Amino acid sequence: MSAHESAGKSYLEDGHGLKSWLLTFDHKRIGILYLLGVSFFFLLGGFFALLVRLELLTPQGDLLSPDAYNHVFTMHGVFMVFFFLIPAIPGTLGNFLLPIMIGAKDVAFPKLNLLSWYVFMAGGALTMYGLFTGGVDTGWTFYPPYSSLYSSSAVLPVGLGVFVNGFASILTGVNFMVTVHRMRAPGMTWFRLPLFVWSHYATSLIMVLGTPVVAITLVLLVLERLFHFGFFDAAKGGDPVLFQHLFWFYSHPAVYIMILPSMAVISELVAAFARKRIFGYHAVAFASIGIAVLGFLVWGHHMYVSSQSVYAGVVFSLLTMLVAIPSAIKVFNWTFTLYKGSVALEMPMLYAMGFLGLFTIGGLTGVFLGTLGFDVHVHDTYFVVAHFHYVMVGGTIMGYLGGLHYWWPKMTGRMYSKFWGLTSGWLVFVGFNLTFFPQFLLGVQGMPRRYHAYPDEWQVLNVLSGAGASVLGVGLLLPVVYFLWSLKHGPIAGPNPWGAFGLEWQTTSPPPTTNFLETPVIVHEAYDYESRAAGPAAETAPTSGR
Amino acid sequence: MSSEHSTALAHQFDSPEQQKESATLGMWFFLAQEALFFGGLFVTYLLYRWRDPSAFAAGSHELDIVLGGFNTVVLIGSSLTMALAVRAAQTDRRRQLVGFLLATGGLGLVFLVVKYFEYAEKWHHHLIPGDAFHFAGPPGERTELFFSLYFAMTGMHALHMVIGVAVLAWILKRARAGEFGSHYYNPVECFGLYWHFVDIVWIFLFPLLYLIGRHYQAGG
Repeated sequence: MSAHESAGKSYLEDGHGLKSWLLTFDHKRIGILYLLGVSFFFLLGGFFALLVRLELLTPQGDLLSPDAYNHVFTMHGVFMVFFFLIPAIPGTLGNFLLPIMIGAKDVAFPKLNLLSWYVFMAGGALTMYGLFTGGVDTGWTFYPPYSSLYSSSAVLPVGLGVFVNGFASILTGVNFMVTVHRMRAPGMTWFRLPLFVWSHYATSLIMVLGTPVVAITLVLLVLERLFHFGFFDAAKGGDPVLFQHLFWFYSHPAVYIMILPSMAVISELVAAFARKRIFGYHAVAFASIGIAVLGFLVWGHHMYVSSQSVYAGVVFSLLTMLVAIPSAIKVFNWTFTLYKGSVALEMPMLYAMGFLGLFTIGGLTGVFLGTLGFDVHVHDTYFVVAHFHYVMVGGTIMGYLGGLHYWWPKMTGRMYSKFWGLTSGWLVFVGFNLTFFPQFLLGVQGMPRRYHAYPDEWQVLNVLSGAGASVLGVGLLLPVVYFLWSLKHGPIAGPNPWGAFGLEWQTTSPPPTTNFLETPVIVHEAYDYESRAAGPAAETAPTSGR
Repeated sequence: MSSEHSTALAHQFDSPEQQKESATLGMWFFLAQEALFFGGLFVTYLLYRWRDPSAFAAGSHELDIVLGGFNTVVLIGSSLTMALAVRAAQTDRRRQLVGFLLATGGLGLVFLVVKYFEYAEKWHHHLIPGDAFHFAGPPGERTELFFSLYFAMTGMHALHMVIGVAVLAWILKRARAGEFGSHYYNPVECFGLYWHFVDIVWIFLFPLLYLIGRHYQAGG
């Protein structure tokens, strides 16, 4: 908080010791705290994924009992969705970069920002307490009556953990929105914002308007389980399907909380390595908002077979397909940006290219599933599992890793090994496809999700999937090694190792606590590579503190 | 929201105006979140009342309209004193500010005490939903759900009141120390927004829970 005496010091050197980290209000340090938190939960979720794949290597249930298997896939989903995918990019990259990108000293509410991290960790701790006192076997969706009457597992602590964690999202969302509205540097108009910021604004909108609905739904579930209030108990006139409506009203938009920040990263990567302004900047910016708004209108496509009226199904089907429009606008505009650009195939770009391909597959199979008739055929099969892993892993994790590799030199001041970066990137890409593509085939053949055993004829595809998962696992663990290595031994990166355009590259690596030594004044459009290339006059503008 | 230097400018802002605008905007976004939070309850109410209006009317008849009406007046009164408190802060009348804050908190406590007596009375009549619930109505009706909703909705509202009174105590302490005036009154104003929001929720809860029974009784 001592902004004055610390001016000029990098945020990493401004205070030492555990306390200076745990009580920090600096958005950059909070970003690092989030990085540690989500990495921990990612490893935990990954461990459960490993158990799932091991069990499915053989058709019989020989590693886990059916009941244990229910626990394992539930805990995989809960940790990955609520404690990794949702907070990963906004919590780490968003916190670190959003204030810098708009030329601010910090977010609008630094104390709330730190609080959000503690709330996130408290939610995680509560969920882990549930894990060690029985776990949960309901699936990450907590559908009653599995979660109300018929589960003897620790639904209460896990449900409360997810409830508590929701407020971390809400605090982050409020903070980002106010920061974007009120903290922009002079000259930073809305249409000069990097698309990273637009996408995070859209994400925040969903966090603020969606999360409270799942929060109250979990409260109702807790009341039902603790006191038999009967909201979702058919014997008392309640309706279990109401839970599904309320749950998906948040949890479908939550999918866009996961993918929009990844799209935020991809926009930055594509512009930086194509050395061009993003084609159709305005369209991509509005597509983010469009996805956020449409995302609230499509929850019913999770419930085509849950006694929802067929007319509602048709409407939800139509609305679901509309989401493809802003998504495709983004993918096409990124592609047009690359077209005839002098694309520099630097390491992070590998992830951006991977995203473009994998997200397209994930997105298009989403259109399949949005189609009422086809969905009834593959409902609750591995087709659905493959689809959302293509979006979540192929989309969100590709974006997250791409972003980490792109901004790592900015966050730490050090560069990692390009060779190991490329190795890891290829392992992730190949391993991922090998894991999840066979699941599309399994799904079309009718293999249901959430079963620990299956008929013999599906073994080959399941073994392929398991083999892919081990390659993917190695690919995902490698960055832990070379990132940590780079902290001590990596070459000094310098302020702008990629030669990219954007405020975060104008300040030192790692940035000073106040981000900039003097408030920048913005005179350029975002990604204005053309004017930078035009001549030395434009070249000097950034160094004078733009 | 911004308390680190009660009167001075927090380090991340350039001007007091920016700080004030950020605080109120943040509060409005937070209230949007609150509206969606209560929205889940209202949707649940809507669905079950639409499915079984007569059970809801019968349940509503058990609620004490006098106490409920009294509490409505109390809350509206507290919103008035809260608005006057914000005005007093803006115009540097510090003694009035403390007085109006005290009045607001006092009315809030009155509301909670009355609510306690209402809940206790339900307890005696076995109208708490759950295994001990007993209501002499036609079987198969959703009267228990009405009471589940009554307790969930008014309970969540009362929880917001409790949090409100606690925050108010903190604001009051700072007001006594003379922190607020025309130069700086963000916490008073933001808390006022919160208090009015909680009041408005009750304005919806009261007719939806207490008054529908009278309507059906009059109509036959």
